[in-house]
Amino acid sequence: MEHVPARVALTSEAADLLRRLRAAHGPLMFHQSGGCCDGSSPMCYPDGEFRTGGSDVHLGDLDVEGIEPVAFWMSGSQFEYWKHTHLTVDVVPGRGSGFSVEAPEGVRFLIRSRLFTDAESAALNPTGGG
Amino acid sequence: MTTYAAPGDSGSVMQFKPRYEHFIGGEYVAPVRGRYFENPTPVTGQTFTEVARGTAEDVEAALDAAHGAAPAWGKTSPAERAGILNTMADRIEANLESIAIAESWENGKACRETLAADIPLAIDHLRYFAGAIRAQEGSLSQIDEDTVAYHFYEPLGVVGQIIPWNFPILMAIWKLAPALAAGNAVVLKPAEQTPASIHVLNELVADLLPPGVLNIVNGFGVEAGKPLAANKRIRKIAFTGETTTGRLIMQYASENLIPVTLELGGKSPNIFFDDVAAQQDAFYDKALEGFAMFALNQGEVCTCPSRALIQGGIYDGFLSESVKRVEQIRQGNPLDTDTTMGAQASNDQLEKILSYIDIGRQEGARILTGGERADLGGNLAGGYYMQPTVFEGQNRMRVFQEEIFGPVVSVARFTDYDDAISIGNDTLYGLGAGVWSRDTNTAYRAGRDIQAGRVWVNQYHAYPAHSAFGGYKESGIGRENHKMMLDHYQQTKNMLVSYSPNALGFF
Repeated sequence: MEHVPARVALTSEAADLLRRLRAAHGPLMFHQSGGCCDGSSPMCYPDGEFRTGGSDVHLGDLDVEGIEPVAFWMSGSQFEYWKHTHLTVDVVPGRGSGFSVEAPEGVRFLIRSRLFTDAESAALNPTGGG
Repeated sequence: MTTYAAPGDSGSVMQFKPRYEHFIGGEYVAPVRGRYFENPTPVTGQTFTEVARGTAEDVEAALDAAHGAAPAWGKTSPAERAGILNTMADRIEANLESIAIAESWENGKACRETLAADIPLAIDHLRYFAGAIRAQEGSLSQIDEDTVAYHFYEPLGVVGQIIPWNFPILMAIWKLAPALAAGNAVVLKPAEQTPASIHVLNELVADLLPPGVLNIVNGFGVEAGKPLAANKRIRKIAFTGETTTGRLIMQYASENLIPVTLELGGKSPNIFFDDVAAQQDAFYDKALEGFAMFALNQGEVCTCPSRALIQGGIYDGFLSESVKRVEQIRQGNPLDTDTTMGAQASNDQLEKILSYIDIGRQEGARILTGGERADLGGNLAGGYYMQPTVFEGQNRMRVFQEEIFGPVVSVARFTDYDDAISIGNDTLYGLGAGVWSRDTNTAYRAGRDIQAGRVWVNQYHAYPAHSAFGGYKESGIGRENHKMMLDHYQQTKNMLVSYSPNALGFF
């Protein structure tokens, strides 16, 4: 079976932050936001705090050494516009808004994107289900 | 020109306090857990005050105060409440300059905007709802000769409001004015990026409202916003922000069965039909300015016209003249009245904008001007400045579909009317739109066919009170800025009265 490329990855700085946040908040999840203010940023919550449903797409689970995988979700309507891009969760100094758990630490998760290569696009499940 | 001295320098028209507490029960009180967070100005990146870091304990104290005040406040006469709102407006107007400078320093926006728009609009908004509540009437329905249904408006009681950072004072007043006019008590949480300026304003008006009617709890979303939004002791929650938090707030509200109003942003099309360039006159000049409106408030506006759609017949000429207009934007010290674009509100916001410049380039969008962080040097070197940026591409690119919330416009060409409407509506959002045409029929039809709550015709970015503002599609729920917002802060009490002395005859 052909290898299916991951849709989402994370930087080592983001992994370090997730480990620290895991200690304070328990298992974690991401839901990618859209819209104004802090929109277009990934929101990090205690796992299950945000109820995903049939309108959401599970892009994958982020492997973070030392803690359980962190699921990454996005609304299906937004995914239609994002699905041709690979996402990397990074972290930058800042404050954000919304209820994302890292804001009090003086940092903010941020998405960096790249286009999937033709080979990756061909190998990907077109629904992106994970 | 005038350059205002920075708050903190001698000669400034205003000075921030070194620390801002919570405002609960009519007085400033320290946070229960005793923690504070630093508040930097995006103008220089330097911290200028510290702010109470609220938690659930502070939210509960604010709700105690609000519940103590709400019953009596809800029974005050509309005339009394209107009088207080009008006096608040008068006090703000008398201190307009100092409040505007505080707002610029807090948010990074150019003071020519806060002096001419943000604060004057806030003042007018208070006066508008003072008038609206005086003029509001209940209704009655005559059911039959002996039966009358009376409809009374009653306040909800205690409501929660979570304010965004892009217009810290104006958005607070947009939410406060209808809530207070309708007789509610409020617990308000300012954005953690911009918590101070609302306190500068509040200190000027704090003696006007009965203690507990307005309570302000500062802090981070996860620590103070969630305990407010999820609280069983609020009867309504209002939020301006983004979609994931909007959904989360609706989830909390569903647990408590309370209503929400949400304003969640957009990706607003600004549509220029061929006839705009039929003459090179004042209207044409106005349309070029309309294109450049994406840079208002550094693009940090939910209705930023971030997709410019230009018809093929004028595309090249109109675009090149628009780019020239954008290149005349003057970036600099936001406290200089000649500066037309200031700083992004935070470092993470600037980083996010730059990440979109990156994906836009990768997707093949062409940068016609800008595209880089702006280094303004001197004491502004540590601030968060972005060049106004024009992308050219096509509507399925991510820079056309996601709210960058920065001074970035993405431009595409359309062929005819149907193509314009099709591209304009190909978005998840529906908050704002602009339509530019000399032909009233075209303008009218386009205005009706665009799926957005606010369509500006032959203008953009006007926000007068008495003009409803809110979103279609994923842009949110509710209409602010209009008397219909009173409905979102009121219950309807129906008293169904029989004036017949006779039994029905059933039993």
